[in-house]
Amino acid sequence: MNLLEVRDLEVVFDGFRAIDGLDFTVAEGDVRFLIGPNGAGKTTLVDAITGRNRPDGGTVLFANENLLGRAEHEIVRMGVGRSFQTPAVFESLTVVENLDLAASFRMPLRSLLRRRRGVTETVTTALEAVNLTASASVAAGILSHGQKQWLEIGMLLVQEPKLLLLDEPVAGMSPEERTRTGELLHEIARSRTVVVVEHDMEFLRRFARSVTVMHEGKILCEGSVAEVQGNPQVQEVYLGRGRDRRHTAEAV
Amino acid sequence: MIDRLRSVTGRKGLMAFLTVGFVFIVVAPTVMSDFRLNLLAKYLCFAIAAVGIDLSWGYGGMLTLGQGVFFGIGGYSMGMFLKLAEAGPDGLPDFMSYNGLTEVPAFWKPFASAAVALPAAVILPMLLAAGLGWLIFRQRIRGPYFAILTQALAAAFVILLIGQQGYTAGTNGLTNMTSFFGYDLNDPVNQRTLYVVVAVVLGAVFLLARQIVSSRYGRLLIAVRDGEDRVRFLGYDPTRVKVLAFTVSAGMAGLAGALFVPVVGIMSPALLGIVPSLELLIGVALGGRATLVGAVVGTVLVNYAKTSLSEQIPSGWLYLQGALFIGVVAFAPRGLAGLWEAISTWARRRERRPTPQLIEPAAMP
Repeated sequence: MNLLEVRDLEVVFDGFRAIDGLDFTVAEGDVRFLIGPNGAGKTTLVDAITGRNRPDGGTVLFANENLLGRAEHEIVRMGVGRSFQTPAVFESLTVVENLDLAASFRMPLRSLLRRRRGVTETVTTALEAVNLTASASVAAGILSHGQKQWLEIGMLLVQEPKLLLLDEPVAGMSPEERTRTGELLHEIARSRTVVVVEHDMEFLRRFARSVTVMHEGKILCEGSVAEVQGNPQVQEVYLGRGRDRRHTAEAV
Repeated sequence: MIDRLRSVTGRKGLMAFLTVGFVFIVVAPTVMSDFRLNLLAKYLCFAIAAVGIDLSWGYGGMLTLGQGVFFGIGGYSMGMFLKLAEAGPDGLPDFMSYNGLTEVPAFWKPFASAAVALPAAVILPMLLAAGLGWLIFRQRIRGPYFAILTQALAAAFVILLIGQQGYTAGTNGLTNMTSFFGYDLNDPVNQRTLYVVVAVVLGAVFLLARQIVSSRYGRLLIAVRDGEDRVRFLGYDPTRVKVLAFTVSAGMAGLAGALFVPVVGIMSPALLGIVPSLELLIGVALGGRATLVGAVVGTVLVNYAKTSLSEQIPSGWLYLQGALFIGVVAFAPRGLAGLWEAISTWARRRERRPTPQLIEPAAMP
């Protein structure tokens, strides 16, 4: 069953077609990697799904419900979680407070006005999962880059989304941090559908179940890691020869 | 009751709260002259508004430059009630007769009843803030744009008050208010009682704010301040979070204005325009944003300095005020609370450091 169905999507910025009639579907339980050169429209696609920009045409269905036109927080409440390229944790709150806030997102305002007593089991479990139990009461601002990224993944975990969109989760990480993030991702993918925007090919080879290559706002090709790697078009796009070729074609 | 209090303040906080309460309610009235105590009552009114500003600006990041509007609505609600209570035989407040009015305007009439006027002093500002906040925050207007909007609101409100002289007493404002529920406001004994009322209300407002900032909602408010967009992707609607804080802060400003009127005996446009709104802000900035104690201490200090300096050098205050603002922004962005923290960390570190061993001069190369 398709959990996410994007049909004929158009996103135009000041006349520039960032997404140009794109179709994109993700089956339930998939771990899909989304790759493509800079400016291919990967983040714009994630933004369109999560309500961060307003597409000019097309449909986005999540579990057969339309997402377009809904506010960001409503989409999150429907079960779509996302992370950002730069870790966006709340630096003046402690690690526990960050996780607790993420976990309380379905609470009515009246209950939010009560004080937090202790740490819930969900939060404790997430702390262990992202390896931050020792830094639980430390301000998130003083964590390392990698730890912030994990904290952010932990904040997504406690929200139990059905679909998780991760935008470059290992960018700027050390090799050890990458391995740890990969393991974390593996854990997450067991029970939910994940879409990962990532450039790191080694990371992709280890964790992707299927790959979608985007180029200039369109899907270039889709398939298993081996299929995509063997695709001559993909190699051209990544080596930067695609544009020259097309110019020649136009001239002819 | 004490247990409840402790749950809001924490054990150390409770001791501090009770000590400060004792100083303000028992010590201050016994050692201070009638005149000084009345001034302190005025400062404490401003402090009530400052706690509200700290909620919306310090914790919620909403720089409100028009808090005087809410302060004014509270003040005018109370002022209208007092004016109607001591109106002449025709039921008309003095300034209305001077302006040729023969009948009390319809919108004044409900304020003849304390049951309307006193709640209105708090509820009207809250309603205005909620409506305005909803319109502004829903459009994702924030930062300097929000600040400018609130400042424009303050300017417009002053123009409205001055323009409608027959209904509002214009530039002069509401004056000659001499009794409060039948008590003579010129009697020092009654003023002393009023001081205690103001101090108790400030205590209650402080505890309410304290409860708000230490709840989950308080964390959420800080999160909205530091990353509003990120909060959306956690599944919260920042509009609602901000509207609530802004509304509560407006209610506190209204309450402060309502108490200000019997303490000082006047409510006029000069007390609620852009400049007074900024003065409220300076207290919070000096004390330290996002610390409630800082907001109260900063406001009392700034107003005390204003009074004493104006007594010595009448024109000096404006310069000092400007210097203060520049000084805080440039050297102590976290205000007195930040300085205090820096000093105590420094002192603790000094204590821990082992005393350096004296080195024999001969041993040195």
